Amino acid sequence: MPSLDNYLVLSAILFSIGTAGVFLRRNLITILLSIEIMLNAVNLTFVAFGRSLNSADGQIIVFFVMTVAAAEAAVGLAIVIALFRHHESLNPDSFTALKW
Amino acid sequence: MTLFYIFGALAIVASLLVIAQRNPIYSVLFLIASFAALSGLYLLLDAPFVAIIQIIVYAGAIMVLFLFVVMLLNAPREDTEHDARMHPLMQPGPLRFGALLAVVFAVELVWALTGQRAAGALSAAGQTRSLGRGGVISVAAIGRRLFTDYAFPFEVTSILILVAMVGAVLMARHEKAPVVVHPGLDDQAPEPAPVGDPPPPPEWT
Amino acid sequence: MTPLFIAQIALTLLVFVALLSSAAGMVYFERKVAAWLQQRVGPTLVGPRGLLQPLADVIKLMFKEELRPAAADPWLFALAPIISATAAFAAFAVVPFGQATTLFGLLSEPLRLQVADVNVAVLVIFAIASMSVYGIVLAGWSSNSKYSLLGGLRSSAQMISYELSYGLSLASVLVVANSLSLTDIVNGQSGTWLGFIPRWFLFVQPIGFLIYMTAGVAETNRAPFDFPEAEQELVAGYHTEYSSMSFAMFFLAEYINMVTVSAVATDLFLGGWHGPFLPASFGWIWFLVKVGALLFFYVWMRWTLPRYRYDQLMDFGWKVMLPLSVVNLLVTAAGVLYFGV
Repeated sequence: MPSLDNYLVLSAILFSIGTAGVFLRRNLITILLSIEIMLNAVNLTFVAFGRSLNSADGQIIVFFVMTVAAAEAAVGLAIVIALFRHHESLNPDSFTALKW
Repeated sequence: MTLFYIFGALAIVASLLVIAQRNPIYSVLFLIASFAALSGLYLLLDAPFVAIIQIIVYAGAIMVLFLFVVMLLNAPREDTEHDARMHPLMQPGPLRFGALLAVVFAVELVWALTGQRAAGALSAAGQTRSLGRGGVISVAAIGRRLFTDYAFPFEVTSILILVAMVGAVLMARHEKAPVVVHPGLDDQAPEPAPVGDPPPPPEWT
Repeated sequence: MTPLFIAQIALTLLVFVALLSSAAGMVYFERKVAAWLQQRVGPTLVGPRGLLQPLADVIKLMFKEELRPAAADPWLFALAPIISATAAFAAFAVVPFGQATTLFGLLSEPLRLQVADVNVAVLVIFAIASMSVYGIVLAGWSSNSKYSLLGGLRSSAQMISYELSYGLSLASVLVVANSLSLTDIVNGQSGTWLGFIPRWFLFVQPIGFLIYMTAGVAETNRAPFDFPEAEQELVAGYHTEYSSMSFAMFFLAEYINMVTVSAVATDLFLGGWHGPFLPASFGWIWFLVKVGALLFFYVWMRWTLPRYRYDQLMDFGWKVMLPLSVVNLLVTAAGVLYFGV
């Protein structure tokens, strides 16, 4: 039987994979995907703790996290489309207009 | 236990492949595989509702949105390969250092969550390490909690989705060239339209 | 290896084979019914009354050359029909088609006539319907041709638009039936009112049934919602570049999706396997009759109604079906609260 620790270790690994993706990839869409990986790792932590406390609260919070993730993905992708229209590039380093 | 290892290994491998692929479409597909593995893990945690909702919402809706955007922008390859080779951060050296930092981060998180201090904090809260006996938390129970104790966040979330919808539609729209109208000056020749962007190409959807 | 386990494995294989043969039978059924509607005869050459026509079609498809365009993405091109076919078969796994039977006393406990007995069966069907979008959108993208891409994107946009009304009409039935398990929903429809009107949810939810069937037709990309794959409009849409068995997989997936939508509609609205004159253990005969009636309705619609244009289709889905299904859910919930069902 997997214990709580197993699930927490798994979600820690997934979270760090997502963080590595956000920092090391130079493609806007892959960065958004890595953010989704991080959100999923957090969801796993919530459900694991909810199970360990035998309460439905973990799953309800996951419900809200999923909704927020959906809204954030929609708005983030709209921003990516708008940016792509201006610069024809998905590399975050090409948006340097405000750099000094 | 073996199921846990299978699903966990699948989730980790799929997530690693997500961040390692050049082609964003493959990244999206591997992320869908990772979501499926996570859904299996939720089933192991006696959470069927969250497992199915994960497939319906994440794998079935959000990832379709990502796929649509990737196909719309026609970005099959990271078009910055040339710049990437010159980018200081994408050299093999800094990449490996970044990966090493990610491993250090993972180790820190694992230590923080499962080490001695965490064990003390958990036992103070009355929890144990093992996931003991417990039933499947039914959809009806979740629904009841959601609409009684969590009714306010539920309603706020619906407004959040509305705001996100309106914002996404507004931001992804084509910009139209503004038309200048001077009311009351009919005797003058109409002003020529300001030189702006050329009309956008016709939508092909 | 108890007898029950062996019976379950046998049942799974039986369902698989039955689905495959139903797809083949649908080919024949559709061509014959289309012929009758158009006052001609239909296939008659192959076998008695043309009954071996599907076999001839399958053999023809198997012997065709398997093509792949040079510019197509090899992995995704091969993966797309697999996803379509797998999702089509998987959705039928949670549909019960008969009463739990002990096979006339051979088994110690009743065998449920369902491949997988899940108590969130309705949500599983909805989840797998969401996954079948990927087969189409990947087929359209990986073929690397403009007709395929347009067809694929339009088709998947249509499918995810009609999924909303599909889900909301499912939710209305759930409010009335108070359970997510399809077996419980069917058992809630047993019995009759006044002795002869069966307690089908069709009579409690007429608008819900219409919304469900319309959304189901749109989900399976069948006429009159088949703009993305219509020959006159887009060559063949997302399966333009596919030939031989890959095309057969898409074909198969479409027919099995039709069968699944009809089967779920039978379970949700038409009382499943309950019917007069037959003992309960032969209820699956009634189930087949009802599914057959709905499939006839599918074919009838295809060959009678003209095709919707794409923007009309999307308008209809968002501006008519979605508000109607939301209002249906509200009225149903109010009715259940008021009448205390």
